[in-house]
Amino acid sequence: MLRKFFLTSALALAGLGLAAPVLAQDGPLRIEITDGVIEPMPFAISAFHDEGGAGELLAQVQNLIAADLTGTGLFREIPASAHIARPESFETPVAYEDWKAINAQALITGAVRVEGGKVVVKFRLFDVFSGQPLGDGMQFDAGTGNWRRAAHKAADQVYARLTGEGPYFDSRVAFVQESGPKDARRKRIGVMDYDGANIKFLTDDSTLVLKPRFSPDGSRLLYTSYASGFPTAMMMDVNSLAARPLNAQQGGMSFSPRFSPDGRWIVYSLEKNGNTDIYQMDAASGAQRPLTNAPSIETSPSFSPDGSQIVFESDRSGQPQLYVMSASGGEPKRISFGEGRYGTPVWSPRGDMIAFTRQVGAKFHIGVMRTDGSEEKMLTESFLDEGPSWAPNGRVVMFTRVTPGGNGEPRLHSVDITGRNMRPVKLNGAASDPDWGPLLP
Amino acid sequence: MKTFVKFAAIGMLLATAACSRPAQQGPMVNDPYANMNQGVGVSALPGTAEHFKATAGDTVLFPVDQSTLTPEARTILANQAGWLNQNQGFSALIEGHADEQGTREYNLALGARRASSVQEYLISQGVGSGRLRTVSYGKERPLEICSTEECYTKNRRAVTAVSPGAGM
Repeated sequence: MLRKFFLTSALALAGLGLAAPVLAQDGPLRIEITDGVIEPMPFAISAFHDEGGAGELLAQVQNLIAADLTGTGLFREIPASAHIARPESFETPVAYEDWKAINAQALITGAVRVEGGKVVVKFRLFDVFSGQPLGDGMQFDAGTGNWRRAAHKAADQVYARLTGEGPYFDSRVAFVQESGPKDARRKRIGVMDYDGANIKFLTDDSTLVLKPRFSPDGSRLLYTSYASGFPTAMMMDVNSLAARPLNAQQGGMSFSPRFSPDGRWIVYSLEKNGNTDIYQMDAASGAQRPLTNAPSIETSPSFSPDGSQIVFESDRSGQPQLYVMSASGGEPKRISFGEGRYGTPVWSPRGDMIAFTRQVGAKFHIGVMRTDGSEEKMLTESFLDEGPSWAPNGRVVMFTRVTPGGNGEPRLHSVDITGRNMRPVKLNGAASDPDWGPLLP
Repeated sequence: MKTFVKFAAIGMLLATAACSRPAQQGPMVNDPYANMNQGVGVSALPGTAEHFKATAGDTVLFPVDQSTLTPEARTILANQAGWLNQNQGFSALIEGHADEQGTREYNLALGARRASSVQEYLISQGVGSGRLRTVSYGKERPLEICSTEECYTKNRRAVTAVSPGAGM
């Protein structure tokens, strides 16, 4: 859809000059992620209006909305210095010709006010070349300390309307902060906004912790801790920080826990006498049973969004590969057949793809494939990339990239499913094991 | 420095043994002669963890992705078993490790497999299973920090750590 739009308008501009604006689109303004966007859509944000007490937040909100959109790689902001129209208020009718003249395809207008400890953010979105609003204007309010959430919500609306995809900016990511030398690394679990802001640490770094994973509603975290001296799958309440081992039974190590999409089940790996299999636990009662029973390593289970299937990794063929089985166990079906080793599969929340880590020779990749293993595509390549986690809309993954050598460090990066927009998450310091939580309410 | 640490560790053990109230064991005393003992032979006393490490060897290495024991590993483990059979008052924690090439989860499972291989071999050599425990560190605790095969070789390991105590 987008491609068609871009082609027609580009042709028109090249051949017919001013005739371009006359060309009607055959659908709403739309940019498609899936084909790999080479040319970002130009948009403008008309200077936001202070409707009372906004102060510094006026520019901060506007800048964050712009940063969210340009950070996707799908959009390019036309700088304010190029703007012709200078509307007096949020209600001033849009001077479409002025925005067409600078080739802004989408226009965002907005206003901010602060009252009673709350920030109120209003916005409208316009399709400049068809001269129409794109959806209704909306407003969001939040405590002034949460102004970023109001801005993310507005940006999410713009993103969703222009891409047809689900929103994801207003979300949190659990991760592991790392410090200290490589042979004595200290780790603690943190939670941050998707863009690296508002970090809160949930554990101190006195105990080695690995791989946090959110519950579907974001209220709890599963992770693996060495608090007992042995790797143990734990569950933590994100608000109270109270944590307990998942498995009261003493045995081998338990790790790699993950919730089912309805929160009713937890799947995890349990090791007994050196052999690792996948187990299922009733999150309410704690009752558990094995889902695999093989002498090979079975780990990294992840549910399909409808809860009916589980993808996991197993080295039953001699090397780690990806398999899918029913959520109640049974014979798994192998879905990865490429060269090298596959691991850490995660089912997209949209259900259409599985993201994974693949090692070929000395290189690591984050890749995606259809859930039957077809259309495999590598999104990244480096010395060591691992552990993808899906954004709530299933169109972006965050992962860990480790640099080589004695001073090598992990950093978080995100990439969209076309592999075209890879960027580091803005964080001061080393971090690993991201888990992208749900879209906030 | 290594020699000093060994020396101090033995000193502490002796002090503990001689002390009538081990709970009051104090901090390590700074030895003013610490830098003057070059050329003085220092060796671990029998019946200490240092002695185990020095005589039996505490580490066995594994090929990529493997947990089967090499002939070299079996020789070291036979020595470990011999030592443990002679020192019944000790138990052992076997740590399994992997190199950094591989995902965190897979390496945890692989480390467990390696530790278990060692445990099984020691049991086959007569060491009571109640004296042995395993833990996997996956790729979390490399011995060597470089990112070349030279370091990876040393990191794909299982380390047997003995400590006084008859079991668990």
